[in-house]
Amino acid sequence: MQALGIDVLFKGINMQRLLGGLWVSLRISLISVAISIALGLVIGVVMTGKQPVVRFLTRLYLEIVRFMPQMVLLFIVFFGTTRVFGWNVEAETASIIVFSFWGTAEMSDLVRGALISIPRHQYESAEALGMTRLQLYRYIIVPQTLRRLIPLSINLVTRMIKTTSLVMMIGVVEVLKVGQQIIEANRKSSPNAAFGVYAAVFLLYFIACWPISMFSKYLERKWAA
Amino acid sequence: MKKIVKAAIAAVTVIGLTAVPAAAEDVLYRSVDEIVADGTINIGVFSDKSPFGYVDENGEYQGYDVYLAEKLGEDLGVEINYVSTEAASRIEYLETGKVDIILANFTVTDERAEVVDFAYPYMNVALGVVSHDDNVLTSLDDVTADDQIIVISGTTAETYLTKEYPDIKLQKFDTYAAAKSAFENGTGIAWANDNTEVIAFATENEGYTVGIDSLGSADTIAPAVTKGNESLLTWLNEELVKLGSENFFHADYEATLIDTYGADYEDTLVVEPAEAA
Repeated sequence: MQALGIDVLFKGINMQRLLGGLWVSLRISLISVAISIALGLVIGVVMTGKQPVVRFLTRLYLEIVRFMPQMVLLFIVFFGTTRVFGWNVEAETASIIVFSFWGTAEMSDLVRGALISIPRHQYESAEALGMTRLQLYRYIIVPQTLRRLIPLSINLVTRMIKTTSLVMMIGVVEVLKVGQQIIEANRKSSPNAAFGVYAAVFLLYFIACWPISMFSKYLERKWAA
Repeated sequence: MKKIVKAAIAAVTVIGLTAVPAAAEDVLYRSVDEIVADGTINIGVFSDKSPFGYVDENGEYQGYDVYLAEKLGEDLGVEINYVSTEAASRIEYLETGKVDIILANFTVTDERAEVVDFAYPYMNVALGVVSHDDNVLTSLDDVTADDQIIVISGTTAETYLTKEYPDIKLQKFDTYAAAKSAFENGTGIAWANDNTEVIAFATENEGYTVGIDSLGSADTIAPAVTKGNESLLTWLNEELVKLGSENFFHADYEATLIDTYGADYEDTLVVEPAEAA
């Protein structure tokens, strides 16, 4: 055990610290995910509209998020707003803002893609059958869109959980940072601690992401029937 | 940059998450009086750079820098809020006043001195050269044309040797681990790196001696405050001089660094701060 550096995990309150770090990661990502899904659904529908100004603005937003590394966004929201406006945004709030900003963009693009993937003739057939607009969306468009969205958005959610490791750059101590702290603090006494600690961090991420993945499988199966 | 900031702010407004708006003043730092009145000082330290700043298994900050931070908090009569910083974000933290002091193994350079204010130094850093016990290299002038010296690419040691000793043949490695195993297996007669690194290596491994423990431009490590924070800088300097006269930093070394570097290098590494000449 010593050789693999598993022992350091049980030294003092190390395990508790790792779990605490995981909770920080999950708190930031899940709040951001909730905001992203809610706003993404709305903006995604807006993006399918024909208004050129709206299309341009949403396009611009999407491109900014695509081109800007999340790290830069974090620095802008955490340090930039203090410099420019004198706002003192908490590091964790800054993280949630950035992750929601990013998640909303990606989510709305997924919603847009799912919506336009429903063939034109389905709308027309519904109309021909005399369905109202509400019925059309309620019984035809939304169920199909949601089904197409599930695997894509689960992918986004797990990606967001993993990307929270970046927030250590603005001083938020999350699970990966705690792992690095443990490795460094034991550099002399257990030089191989890196193996055990990173394995534990991997396991924690897995435990966090796996149920989400399972849930999506369940939904897909249920809806396929 | 401005445009992106605006876009970010627009999104912030859209999302409706309200940041806590502090009055937009020009002064982002806090004076000593303000810190004392608040009762908490924010100190930026490393949380994963043992033995300078790290977190132990009980979740407590420890290390050479933290030992000093604890003393500062005690003498100022305030609680300490440690902020875990990364090397790349240390200056940003000071420029935005998100920490009052940085105590994160911060090397004094002219470039940095333009954007932050350094207090008196409390530690030395330089380059060092470690060699095998049976053939200790004590001067770089003794290196013959057949000898090779190991360096890690991108380090100060590589830059320094390339510039000052262009005739010495260098064997370059990308990582610490690669350089270490090559050196242990007899490649090169010596290994040049930061002196803290080579000293730690010689202390932890049998059969090696640091023949040169201070080479190149001698740099120093010092606390830093936000540019223009005269009040805190003055207090810090007076405090450091007072601590220096009590040999505080030797005690600090003996409490935090002696396990890694041994007693022999205490005077090489420790600086007791004194009035600038």
